[in-house]
Amino acid sequence: MTDMSRRPNRPQLSLHIPEPPFRPGDEVDYSFFEIPEPDAIARPDEAVDPMDIHGLAYGLIRVLDFEDNAVGSWDPALDPETLLAMLRKMALLRAFDERMHRVQRQGKTNFYVKSTGEEAVAVAQTFALDREDMCFPSYRQPGILFARDYPIVNLVNQIFSNARDPLKGRQLPILYSARDYGFFSISGNLTTQYPNAVGWAMASASKGDDRIAAVWCGEGSTSEGDFHNALTFGAVYNAPCIFNVVNNQYAISSHSGFAGSERTTFAARGIGYGIPALRVDGNDALAVYAATRWAANRARANLGPSLIELFTYRADAHSTSDDPSSYRSAQERSEWPLGDPISRLKRHCIRRGIWDMARQETMDREVAEEVLAAQKEAEQHGILGHGLHHPDETMFQDVYEHMPWHLREQRDQAVRERQIKWPEGEQA
Amino acid sequence: MSTRRMTMVQALNSAMEVMMERDPDVVVLGEDVGYFGGVFRVTAGLQEKFGKTRCFDTPITECGIIGAAIGMAAYGLRPVPEIQFADYVYPGLDQIVSEAARLRHRSNGQFTCPLAIRIPFGGGIFGGQTHSQSPEALFTHMTGIKTVVPSTPRDAKGLLIAAIEDNDPVIFFEPKRCYNGPFDGYYDRPARSWADHPDGEVEEGYFRVELGQARVVREGRDMTVLAYGTMVHVAEQVIAEHRLDAELIDLRTLVPLDIETIEASVRKTGRCVIVHEATRTSGFGAELAALVQERCFYHLEAPIERVTGFDTPYPHSLEWSYFPGPIRVGEALDRVAEAEA
Repeated sequence: MTDMSRRPNRPQLSLHIPEPPFRPGDEVDYSFFEIPEPDAIARPDEAVDPMDIHGLAYGLIRVLDFEDNAVGSWDPALDPETLLAMLRKMALLRAFDERMHRVQRQGKTNFYVKSTGEEAVAVAQTFALDREDMCFPSYRQPGILFARDYPIVNLVNQIFSNARDPLKGRQLPILYSARDYGFFSISGNLTTQYPNAVGWAMASASKGDDRIAAVWCGEGSTSEGDFHNALTFGAVYNAPCIFNVVNNQYAISSHSGFAGSERTTFAARGIGYGIPALRVDGNDALAVYAATRWAANRARANLGPSLIELFTYRADAHSTSDDPSSYRSAQERSEWPLGDPISRLKRHCIRRGIWDMARQETMDREVAEEVLAAQKEAEQHGILGHGLHHPDETMFQDVYEHMPWHLREQRDQAVRERQIKWPEGEQA
Repeated sequence: MSTRRMTMVQALNSAMEVMMERDPDVVVLGEDVGYFGGVFRVTAGLQEKFGKTRCFDTPITECGIIGAAIGMAAYGLRPVPEIQFADYVYPGLDQIVSEAARLRHRSNGQFTCPLAIRIPFGGGIFGGQTHSQSPEALFTHMTGIKTVVPSTPRDAKGLLIAAIEDNDPVIFFEPKRCYNGPFDGYYDRPARSWADHPDGEVEEGYFRVELGQARVVREGRDMTVLAYGTMVHVAEQVIAEHRLDAELIDLRTLVPLDIETIEASVRKTGRCVIVHEATRTSGFGAELAALVQERCFYHLEAPIERVTGFDTPYPHSLEWSYFPGPIRVGEALDRVAEAEA
C-alpha cells in the first residue's frame, strides 16, 4: 500500500468505474438518446474517401421512420418478395429461439442463446451479401443460417448433441459450423474470428476471387486485441472484409460503458484505421441491409474493408444461464427507442400494402409448426444425455487427420470403460 | 538427386522455395520476412522470386499473423507464418491453441488448418530473456497441433517440407543457435560450421523427412540419451568426450512422438537421460520420463535423469551458467552410467 501521508499538494486522483444508465427497479427514460432523422447524413458514393465520411461513424443510418415509411437516400428499395422473405426468416428465427429456450428449460439440452431483438442484424445482412460470401459469426448470428435456408433440423440436432448432430456432439449448443453455407465454425472464444475473417478475405483477394468476407462480434469483445489486430490487417492489406460490431448494449451483465461507449461510438473505432465506419439502427432491417450492401459493394470493387456498428438492444438474457433482471431494469426492453426489428418490418410491409395481420398470423403459425416439426424429428435421434449420441471413439477422431498412437491408446481405454459401464449396450 | 552444402538457414529457405514452386497455395508471411528476407535471412529471396502476394511482411501482431493465417488456411491456402522469436509467440497463443488446434475437431472436419508455423527458439545467442526461450512444452501440452524440432540442415529441410504438406497445424521450432553450425556447448571454443558436418549435405530438390520419426544419431548399448534441437549436438559431444557407449536419439518430432524407437532403445540399454534446454518444471522431459517409466520400468537399471535449463528467466550476462552445457550433461550421463541397480 502506498504511503499516503507523504502525498504532495496536488489534486487528488480518483478512479472512474463506468455505470449503466439504469439498474433493476429504475424508471427507464431514454430521452437522452439523440436519434437523428433518417436522412441526416445522405448515402455517399461507395467509392468515397473514408476521410470524408467521419460523420457516419457518429450518426445513425436509418431508413424506416417512426411512421414505418421507408425514406431517404439509404432506402434500398427492396421488392416485396425480398421484404417478405426477410420478415419470414426473422419470424422463423424468433419462433426457433422461443422453442429452443423452452426445450432447454425442459432439460433436453443444457444451454441456449437467443437472438431476440437482434434478428434484423444477421438476417438482413445476409440478404445483402452474396450466397458465396464467407461469414465468420459470433454466437448470436444464427440468422445467417436461417437466411441461407440451412435445414433447421440440423440446428436442433446440434443443440441436442444427438446422433445426427453434424458436429458429433463436440461443441456447446449453438456453436454451429456449416462450411457449405459459408458459415465458419463458431469458436466460443470471443473475437478470435476477426483475424480469421481478414485472413480469409486476404486469401480471396490474393487469388483474384470475387468473394468477400463478413465477420461479427459484440461491442463488449471489441476490447479484445484480436479486434484491433484484425482491423490493422484489414486496413494494411485493403482486405475485402466487412467488420460488424453488434452493439446490443450488454456483455452478459456489463454495460457497453465497459467497452468504451461513454466516450465515443464503436463505429468510430474504424476512423483511426482509415476504414469507412458506418453506424446503423440495428433494429431497422432496411437500414441494416442498406449499410451492409454499401460495404459489400465497396469491398467487391476492391476498395477494401468497412466497419459497421449495428446499434441494437439485447432484448432477452445473454443465455439460458443468465438472469438479466438481476442487473438491469426490466423496463429497458419496452422503452427501447428503436423498437423491435420484426414489428417494425411487419408494420412497414403492412403500410406498403403488401402484407396484413391475417397473413402475419398465418405466417407466425406456420413458422411455429415448422420449428416444432424440426424438434420432433430431431428428438427421434436423441436429446442431450439420453444415450443417443455419437460413439465414444468419435471423440478421438479429427483431433488430427490421422490418429496418432497416444490417441489410439486413449480411445481404447474410453471404449473399454463404456463396455464396463454398459455391458449390454447403453439404453436410450 | 543432387546435393549441396547448406547451412540450416539455407536448408529452411530451400524447403520453402521448393514448396512455393510446387504449390501455388503456399504463402509465407511474418514480420520482416518479405523484401528484407527475415532477421535470420531464412526467407531471403522468396519475395523476389514468387512475388509480394506469396511472401510478405506483416504488422507486428502475432495474434494477427496466426489468426489471419488460420483464415487463409480455411480458404484453402497453406500458410507458412514466421514468428520472429519464440519469445514473441505468446500473443498468438490463443489463436494457435483455441482456433488452429481445434478447428478440424470442432467443425467435424469441415474446416482444417494446414499451417507450418516457423519459430526460431532457444538460447546461446546472448538474446536475454526475450530472445532465448524454449516454450515447446506449451505446445506439446495442447492437443491438435504437432511440434517439430530439427537439429541439422538436412532434417530441417525434409521436416519443414513434411510440415508444410501436413494437413494439421505444425509448430516448427528452429534451434537458432544451430542456424549456421552445430553447437556442441563449448561457447568458448571456435564456432563450428555445417561445412564439414555430414548432415550439412542436403538434397537440392523435394524430399520429406516424415513427422513422428526419431533419428538414432549414434547407436550404443549402455544408456539411451533423448534430445532434440541444439541439445543433440551437446549430448553427442559429451558422449564422445566421456567415451560412453550411449545411444543418442534425436526426437525430431515431439508430438506425435516416436515412442517405438524410444522404447526399443531403453529396453536395450536399461538407462535413460533426457536433455533439453527449456526450463525444468513441467518441461517436455517430464513427459518423456513418465512415458519411459510407464513402458520400460522393468528394464530400467537406474533412475531416469533430466538435464535441463534452470527454472529462471533466461539470463543475459549469465547465459552460459544457465545453458545445460557439457558439465551439466556430463555429470548426469556419468551418474546414470555408474548407478547400481
